[in-house]
Amino acid sequence: MNPLDVPPDPAGPSQPRTGRRGSGFLTEPLRLGTTPSATVGPYLAIGLTWPDGAWAAAEGAEGGIWLRGRVLDGAGDVVTDAMVETWQADPDGGFPSPEDPRGASTYPGFRGFARAQTLPGEFAVHTLKPGRVPDGQGGLQAPHVAVSVFARGLLDRVVTRVYFADEAQANADDVVLRALPDDAARSTLLATPADDGYRFDVHLQGERETVFFAV
Amino acid sequence: MTGTTAAGGLHLPRYVREPAALRTPVGFPDYRSAALRAPLRTPVDLPHRLTEITGPVLGEDRVRPGDADLTVRSGGEALGQRVLVHGRVLDSDGRPVSDALVEVWQANAAGRYRHVGDNWPAPLDPHFDGLGRVVTDSLGRYEFLTIKPGAYPWGNHHNAWRPAHIHFSLFGRAFTQRLVTQMYFPDDPLFGQDPIFNAIPAAARHRAISRCSLERTQDNWALAFEWDVVLRGTDQTPFETDDDGDVA
Ligand SMILES: [Fe+3]
Repeated sequence: MNPLDVPPDPAGPSQPRTGRRGSGFLTEPLRLGTTPSATVGPYLAIGLTWPDGAWAAAEGAEGGIWLRGRVLDGAGDVVTDAMVETWQADPDGGFPSPEDPRGASTYPGFRGFARAQTLPGEFAVHTLKPGRVPDGQGGLQAPHVAVSVFARGLLDRVVTRVYFADEAQANADDVVLRALPDDAARSTLLATPADDGYRFDVHLQGERETVFFAV
Repeated sequence: MTGTTAAGGLHLPRYVREPAALRTPVGFPDYRSAALRAPLRTPVDLPHRLTEITGPVLGEDRVRPGDADLTVRSGGEALGQRVLVHGRVLDSDGRPVSDALVEVWQANAAGRYRHVGDNWPAPLDPHFDGLGRVVTDSLGRYEFLTIKPGAYPWGNHHNAWRPAHIHFSLFGRAFTQRLVTQMYFPDDPLFGQDPIFNAIPAAARHRAISRCSLERTQDNWALAFEWDVVLRGTDQTPFETDDDGDVA
């Protein structure tokens, strides 16, 4: 633990410190303790609504698709106070982010990020189907979308990935999908084709609990 | 398509994860809403690749004039105790996170949210909507002017009251750094009975509490509270992706 980060428990009585002094030099690299997460609570709509939230790809962008789905709880009930955020590569496999070591991509009309609430019963995100991205092991990942789900009842976000059921060949080679124990687990990550895009339900619990990732 | 030739030789940072003993768990037994929502299976470890180490660029274009002052809305002044909330957004390496979007929302001075789902019969304030947005400066600093939110009851258990808090949502540079959290005020007597606060491991709870900063308190105007937010930082050691599949 970081020696600068002395943790008094604010809920308990104050504790006397040891009074022991250090050498005056840090013996290991400075590392600050990260801020603990908390639930978004039921009123996230106040702070997190964007008029253009759903549009990872601009309206009318060529190849635009809708990614829609429900968030379901352990009783099978639809969660209507959740927020889903998506982040993904463009159709050429580039990210519109300066953190991409290959350089930030500039795909026309593409933001790569969307957020949508589930108030109407399901979330809906307008995007482009992502391309394949290097997996760092000499291969390519299958097209995928990184997903964060926030809701009352979740003290931290939960993270999953959307893959596409009609990319069987790419999915079979994907380093993340291959590492999962079985097809039942893999199937929880597959979006299925729909009229205007794809559908992907998130099961927070239950027999078909979605595979969530620790990032 | 960039093709397979791009696969090798990319230097990717690896974002350090706080030990579980210092992180808020997704579910917590005393927090009733978690029972049917918090996943029950152990999450699968996902090594950081390009998708995880990149993130959206969200800056000034998401903020409108006045978004940093929650005390003046709809042409009038909000009721309550005016407070200046300020601090820095850093990563765990101690580096400032500049140009980062910070979104906040909160209850009004009476503990009521401007939301159709909030039925607590405390008064709404026509001049308070509880929404703020700011972008950090080049040193990672942020500040906004607001009123101190009131505590409110929420039915989780008998006589359950949320300690006063401000909801925060932050983007760093990478998908891994995304954080939604709540800031508390010092010495709140309601801490002991609040499962959302107590879900934070005891050794990390102090990180969620702001500090009264007399140095920024403004005479005859506003109290000030300081709160630094620390997002995940990177492992200092550079990794070569084709050397170690673990960090690809
Ligand atoms: Fe709240």
